[in-house]
Amino acid sequence: MKPLIQKLVETPGPSGYEAQVRSVVRAEVEPFADDVRVDNLGNLIVRKGDKQPDGLRIMLAAHIDEIGVIITHIDDSGFARFLPVGGVRAAGCLGSRLRFLNGACGVIGSERLSDPSKNPAFEQMFIDFGVSDRKECPVRVGDMAVFERPYQEFGQRLVAKALDDRIGVAILIETLRQIHQPKLAGHHELYFVFSVQEEVGARGATTAAFGIDPDVGLAVDVTGTGDTPRGLKMEVSLGKGPAIKVRDQGMLSDPRLVRWLVQTAESARVPYQTEILELGWTDGKSIQLTRAGVPAGCISIPARYIHTPSEMVDFNDAYNAVRLLVELLRKPISLD
Amino acid sequence: MTEPTYTSPKIGTAQIRLLERLCNAPAVSGDEQEVRAIVLEQVRPHASEVRVDALGNVLAIHPGQGEGRLKVMLAAHMDEVGMMIVDDEGEGILRFDTVGGVDVRQLVGKPVWVGRQHIPGVIGAKPVHLTSAEERKRSLSLDTLRIDIGPDNAKKVMVGDRATFATSFTRLGPSLRAKALDDRLGVVTLIELLRHAPTNIDLLAAFTVQEEVGLRGAHVAAYALDPDLAIALDCTPANDLPAWNSGGQNTDPADGENTRYNTRLGAGPAIYVADHATLSDPRLIRHLVETAETSGIPYQIRQPGGGGTDAGAIHKQRMGIPSVTVSVPGRYAHTAAMIARLEDWKNTLTLVHAALARLPVDLLAVER
Repeated sequence: MKPLIQKLVETPGPSGYEAQVRSVVRAEVEPFADDVRVDNLGNLIVRKGDKQPDGLRIMLAAHIDEIGVIITHIDDSGFARFLPVGGVRAAGCLGSRLRFLNGACGVIGSERLSDPSKNPAFEQMFIDFGVSDRKECPVRVGDMAVFERPYQEFGQRLVAKALDDRIGVAILIETLRQIHQPKLAGHHELYFVFSVQEEVGARGATTAAFGIDPDVGLAVDVTGTGDTPRGLKMEVSLGKGPAIKVRDQGMLSDPRLVRWLVQTAESARVPYQTEILELGWTDGKSIQLTRAGVPAGCISIPARYIHTPSEMVDFNDAYNAVRLLVELLRKPISLD
Repeated sequence: MTEPTYTSPKIGTAQIRLLERLCNAPAVSGDEQEVRAIVLEQVRPHASEVRVDALGNVLAIHPGQGEGRLKVMLAAHMDEVGMMIVDDEGEGILRFDTVGGVDVRQLVGKPVWVGRQHIPGVIGAKPVHLTSAEERKRSLSLDTLRIDIGPDNAKKVMVGDRATFATSFTRLGPSLRAKALDDRLGVVTLIELLRHAPTNIDLLAAFTVQEEVGLRGAHVAAYALDPDLAIALDCTPANDLPAWNSGGQNTDPADGENTRYNTRLGAGPAIYVADHATLSDPRLIRHLVETAETSGIPYQIRQPGGGGTDAGAIHKQRMGIPSVTVSVPGRYAHTAAMIARLEDWKNTLTLVHAALARLPVDLLAVER
């Protein structure tokens, strides 16, 4: 699973331009899928199994897009101005390297600030492509880039850009692979959705859920942790298992799903934590509010330094998330 | 292959007169009936089906001919930003709130029309004689402003009535000056496209309501029309004066170039890549750019950034609708008067019409 994670995080896919990640995922899932399609917004939708009398139509979603930047202006000397796409923090941008979808690379610099103790705002920064004329600039207004940083393993801790949410993508691919074994498949009509444009407002999951019209929806995404020095006050730590979301800014998880997840984890002896996230939300919100309403929840992977180019997760949490998902999906479910 | 049949649309005296009528009519969000009446009168002869939905959107359909036609939704919003009367303090003094994105700092002293009878009034405030130097350094807050319509007309206005800027449409050389050019320019463009609808597509026109308060009309219009793709026709700020460099701390124009112009007057229709509400479909961006380049129509890419158009509601509707926006650039958007260039408007109509007439049936066969 680690080589897959590395391949996924090293493929660029800023919101709205996820084609490269989508083709990596498609190659991974095709051997195990009953049906693969791409919808109007670019969501990759993989169906596995048919709905049996004791089964449900279940939508699982992990987003393939990542935060990035977009070019707004190129000056006469070939410097490019930019704005964030998704929740990029201005504070971490200076000196960062970028990779554009056309392969071009740039580094972020800043205007001289009148108050050097302050961080530059996006409007005060620019991208340097190593050129000295507008004509040589390798990008155009509207082109998008992602942050460039190598994948590294610190023991079981993985550090990379875009682990939000390629870790979730890897978990869904691995779950599909395991569910494919005959003795594990069975009751449910499963839709593995590799969704687009989550970072700009969970837009892809909105339209995917409308099309699928599921009985139950589960997002798989990252969440923050409270285990760093003077960090967030939050009862989630790296390495203590996948987190079962109870609440975030956009969703109150369906309590029946929370119970189902907790009981499944307990009986299969999968370590888990419960999560209350005060800032941010996931595809779960979009799924929950689709059509006449969908019971929805989320399995979260604890992650540090989210939305920086060095996000950190614990591999064991991802491994255990797959165990939990396989346990959940192999049996009939009663939500009464 | 049959060549698509259509007549070429153009902006002439009749279209400018229609724009004048539409700009002078008030249609603050939620009370669009005056503009809607003009739109209905204009589109009825050119559509096979015209209906007004529950929110007040005008939906007009012009079916094409031939196999495998794409259903294309074109949206232009009828509503405009303005004010709403929230309290009658007697003697024709009215407290009001803003509707849509209005900068309170530019309200004071503006003449207005209030209610469906267009009662003239003015947004008054304490005059310079009576203010201290300290007071004059601060901008006026909304709760210190009142609309004054005088005692005689007081009974003709009630709480809930809308008010709009009393700006009459004017031609200024190559430019147009009016209130509500955002988005009456789009409305007339869409009327012209209906009149000259290319027959290779089904043209689904939506004259939408409540765009300025959150893209609400387009949300339900897109659900009802269920198109294959959509283009929003709107108006976007041109912040192109050299001294208006709002980038960074350096506001001195001599200290660098304007990097935050959004769009520029005279540079042609503005094609959107990204705003706060939409990441435009790249297939539609490509098609518009190719159309402009092969037909020699000027165009500009609107600077990615904030803002939103009806496309923001449309593209998330149902199973997802590939969407893009084309806007006419205009200075001083959402104030009492906007200035746009006639040439940019003409080129916008030409570009969108040409793009529709050469729309390949398989445009969306390639994945986004």
